[in-house]
Amino acid sequence: MTEPILSVRGLTKRFRMHQIDTVLPTFDGISLDLAPGEFLLLKGRNGAGKSTLLRTLWRSYRPVAGQILYRARAGIIDLATAADIDVAHLRRTEIGFVTQFLTARPRVPAQDIVAEPLRLAGESAADARRAARHWLNEFGVREALWGAFPSTFSGGEQQKVNLARALIMPQRLLLLDEPTASLDAGARAALIRRLAELKAQGVAMIGVFHHPQDVEALIDREIDLTPDSPDTKAPDTKAPDTKERADVAL
Amino acid sequence: MTAALNIAGDATPLPLVPPQLVTTQPLLRMEGIRRRFGEVEALGGVDAAVYPGEVLGIVGESGSGKSSLLRMMNLEDTPDAGSYHLAIPDHAGRNLFDLDRYQRRMLCARRIGIVYQNPHLGLLMGNSSSGNVAERLLIAGERSFATLRDKARAALDASEFPLPRMDAPPAQLSGGMQQRVQLAKAIALEPTLLLLDEPTTGLDVSVQALVLDTLKRLQQERRITMVLVSHDLGVIRTMADRVMVMRRGLVVEQGLVDQVFQDPQHPYTQQLVHAKL
Repeated sequence: MTEPILSVRGLTKRFRMHQIDTVLPTFDGISLDLAPGEFLLLKGRNGAGKSTLLRTLWRSYRPVAGQILYRARAGIIDLATAADIDVAHLRRTEIGFVTQFLTARPRVPAQDIVAEPLRLAGESAADARRAARHWLNEFGVREALWGAFPSTFSGGEQQKVNLARALIMPQRLLLLDEPTASLDAGARAALIRRLAELKAQGVAMIGVFHHPQDVEALIDREIDLTPDSPDTKAPDTKAPDTKERADVAL
Repeated sequence: MTAALNIAGDATPLPLVPPQLVTTQPLLRMEGIRRRFGEVEALGGVDAAVYPGEVLGIVGESGSGKSSLLRMMNLEDTPDAGSYHLAIPDHAGRNLFDLDRYQRRMLCARRIGIVYQNPHLGLLMGNSSSGNVAERLLIAGERSFATLRDKARAALDASEFPLPRMDAPPAQLSGGMQQRVQLAKAIALEPTLLLLDEPTTGLDVSVQALVLDTLKRLQQERRITMVLVSHDLGVIRTMADRVMVMRRGLVVEQGLVDQVFQDPQHPYTQQLVHAKL
């Protein structure tokens, strides 16, 4: 069996709200393994913590306990406690997050928003723009809109720009938070094609989908986050060791 | 007054973990910075690290020590204790607070750019705008008039300042234009470090947005390492990669911008993030 790219162990998230002196529990003691090229569907009722889990893996949220052992190219690292600069580096190079909303900077043309991840990864402006146009076209954004500001677009068009940006770089791990919401049939088909292509290249994916039938053909495994479901208890494999690492320059 | 809030609480800030993957050293490293002004402890032992190409935002209320810290980075003030290192040629391994006034002035002219909230601090308001930019090049040793003018023009242009007005004194310019002159002066020598102290505070919202667009574009094109002080969370969110939250001379929290804004840990940061209108 291939080594997992991600091994989550005992992951727990609670939100402590000081002003009202309250602790909001979400998920508790989640464990799971994910192999390269595997597609894992997160299930569970509203509020079970599906999106919260994705954001915790992305480190927008800080877990209160547990490990998120990610097998980076340079070595294994625990994203639960990793330095911010390491997390920022992995977000630029290895881990992608596809959300249902575009949070684009205002006054930036669609094609530049889409090209930005490639620019940050060091590609030339011309190459990045060429790739951006390809993906805008692929997701069905009309050419007339490529130079316009997405803040003026409809929700569906914004989402297409968002997908083109999020999927322009081949990452090693993709977190998907309802990316099919508000898409028309053509864009949905383009998204599924792209995800299938990435999956075949070995990209591992964890996703939340309101309509899982959209991605049925891609799903390898499902886990239910509803408390007391047996799916998230510890896999019997041992968590990997984090010792060996290579150098990474910025 | 806001509702009483137990700020002290048990929320000790998370320790700053050293990176495990990234082996590039920080460009800027400050350790144990303390500064007392009379009875007030402006900085109570602050550590900071900024990596090459990164934008570090510093937020906090008035009197939190954020501007004092920025002045230290610009070598305008010397702390009672603490060290400051920049990973630049000739100065590696050296505590920059040990430099004398002349050395500081040369280092700042060549390596560090700063934009103040108040343009009077950064500019001679009666001199021409191009002259203000050229002054910095003069200090750094440039003597040819033609080169001075060319470089000043290029810096003003990069700051999106309207060139037909480059000889007008800042006193005759709008607030937004004055900030662009300061920015041109700051970037004229391609600084290693760009410091921004509330650069858009006090400007009209539309002007503020345009100045921020210019800053963002410059940062992306030139990968300038920036430290940005602001009390405006929107400005920090737009510009910064990481953010440090200061209160009463101490760093109470730091993290990636999205984490600090979406999942603030410290009671003060929670209050700050939820204080939006």
